[in-house]
Amino acid sequence: MSRPERDGAAGPTPARALRGMMRRDLLLLSRHPGAWLNPLAFFALVITLFPIGISPSASLLSDLAPGLLWVAALLATLLSLDGLFRDDAEDGSLEQLLLSPQPLPLLILGRVAIHWASTGLPLALMAPLLGVMLSLPAESYLLLMVALALGSATLGLIGAIGAALTIGVARGGIILPLLVLPLYVPVLIFGSGALQAAIGGGNAAPHLAVLGALLALALMLAPWATAAALRISLNG
Amino acid sequence: MRTICVYRAGPDVSFPEPDLSLHLQARKLACERDGRWLFGALDLEIQGGDILRVEGANGSGKTTLLKILSAQSLDYQGTLLWRGEPLRRVRRDFLSHLLYIGHASALKPALSALENLAWHAALAGQPSGDAERLAALSRLGLSGFEDLPVGQLSAGQQRRIALARLVLVRRRLWMLDEPFSALDRDGIQVLEALLSSHVRQGGSVVLTTHQPLHVEVPVRRLRLGEEGMDVTT
Amino acid sequence: MWAYLHKLASPQGFYALSVRLSPWCWGLALTLMVVGTIWGLGFAPADYQQGNSFRIIYVHVPAALLAQSIYVTMAVAGLVFLVWRIKLADMAATAMAPLGAAMTFLALFSGAVWGVPTWGTWWQWDARLTSMLLLLFLYFGVLALRGALGGRQSAARAASVLTLVGVINIPIIQYSVEWWYTLHQPATFSVTSRPAMPSDMWLPLLVMVLGFYCLFLAVTLTRTRHEILRREASRRWVRALTGEGS
Repeated sequence: MSRPERDGAAGPTPARALRGMMRRDLLLLSRHPGAWLNPLAFFALVITLFPIGISPSASLLSDLAPGLLWVAALLATLLSLDGLFRDDAEDGSLEQLLLSPQPLPLLILGRVAIHWASTGLPLALMAPLLGVMLSLPAESYLLLMVALALGSATLGLIGAIGAALTIGVARGGIILPLLVLPLYVPVLIFGSGALQAAIGGGNAAPHLAVLGALLALALMLAPWATAAALRISLNG
Repeated sequence: MRTICVYRAGPDVSFPEPDLSLHLQARKLACERDGRWLFGALDLEIQGGDILRVEGANGSGKTTLLKILSAQSLDYQGTLLWRGEPLRRVRRDFLSHLLYIGHASALKPALSALENLAWHAALAGQPSGDAERLAALSRLGLSGFEDLPVGQLSAGQQRRIALARLVLVRRRLWMLDEPFSALDRDGIQVLEALLSSHVRQGGSVVLTTHQPLHVEVPVRRLRLGEEGMDVTT
Repeated sequence: MWAYLHKLASPQGFYALSVRLSPWCWGLALTLMVVGTIWGLGFAPADYQQGNSFRIIYVHVPAALLAQSIYVTMAVAGLVFLVWRIKLADMAATAMAPLGAAMTFLALFSGAVWGVPTWGTWWQWDARLTSMLLLLFLYFGVLALRGALGGRQSAARAASVLTLVGVINIPIIQYSVEWWYTLHQPATFSVTSRPAMPSDMWLPLLVMVLGFYCLFLAVTLTRTRHEILRREASRRWVRALTGEGS
């Protein structure tokens, strides 16, 4: 990633900035465990509500489980997204981020990666536990974890655009779902589709492939869109 | 101006006048906010060895001007040239020379002064060891507070940590928005000494302040008008 | 040529053009829509399967086409605004967004009404209707973001970025929804391939579609003009125009 800068003496290296950025985000997560624990608790809570609201019948729940797990994971991700840039915008860190000579999309990618590792990945690891509660067949747990891990990365990347666009909105937490949820539909379809296919005895690989393709597309485009959105939100 | 064309030839052309290596020029800069001109047809030049002090009443557009000069805000009319080339085109090169400290401290309350500074140095793409960071903090009179969460420190101490970047991050063009706010008398003296030595070494500074400024180098002043004009074009 | 385009892209030049063009657009739109309605409802033959209820197609299809076209047009305008900083493009995007949302709603509503005789229910999770519903939410997102950011400078650019993100996602959403619900009727009408409908059925449809597009043009011209007046209210030429001193 190192490229010759015009100003040879300064020699800023994007890799160093990326490492510093990710280290700081990890430190902050360790100082504020709520930032990553709350979405997990929310995920578990929502899943608990469904059987109470619908019916404790195991056969009914196992039919609904793929959709329920995915919708709950989607909402939990969304919940954690609002703070992705907001704190930084308030304390001036975001301003410094935009003033850095490093490529902004790269730094954003680092932040989203940490966000995924602290939200999407734990959600994926926790999902089998909730799968048990929803009487999901045990064979599908591995697939559930893989699909959630893949899908939640895409959700984080797309959500970052929404989070960046709503920094300037006073109660952005309300408008963010409106911007982002329609864009989450493909991930929801193929994520729960993978699970349904596996339960029905079909082949889940095509669904995973599409989830992977969606992730690749999001990786290519979302950091740039987020960078543009951040600049717009901060400086008109 | 005559040397600017030479520079266009490429980065490896040796540069006869080192002053111009920090040459930032604004031509007919104008900025409108909500149907009011904050300033119009502003011409200014900043080069190595300059201190430019931007003055004006609250709301006269000091921060806006600084945001425009630091390539953050694009809502202006007129031309900005960095080393003779349009600022928008050479933004990355410009930013690799700039150190901007704004109103907000850009510090995380949960992290210590050392951890905060480590991030700032990394963001600048600059390696920094603990020794360098400690030296920067002690220059600002913060020895003994290095490992406390910044949130536990006073506003003045937080401002000092933010200003420690001036020592730690080696950049030649400083833009400081109200750097003296919340500083005590001792802090003001430290900052003034930093400004003087930076400019003597060929660096340049643009700052806004309401404070009388005691530095050992000549200061240029820019006074922004108190009243905006109505847009009539 | 470039000078002419430049003049058009200025609010004042566009205003003058809009004043001249919009009556024609309105007239053409109304004529085409009246002709299409009478032709479609009164003279086109009834469908051998669906009977007269198929005639709702003369509203449903143009509305659905327009709903998508307007979103794409907004995205193009957003791109023009972001890249070339032409304020007029954003004014036009602002002006057409509510119409787009309204057309999406009309397509949904007519689809639901059509559903009663065809499926026996007001709502069916049909691929096309579901996509249309999601498109409506995309419109809501753009309108809500613009509303929430208010008159701030960033509102226009933020909305443009969101529209562009949306337009990249629309095909992905539609393909995945279609995949999700593969039982859907094939597209009724396309310009490139020969439609399977008899010509006395699709000709009135074509007239209606053209009428709707003219309506789009007319509404955009008129509303953009209002938007220009609102945003440029302090400029001298607008003051002169409204007789508010100079």
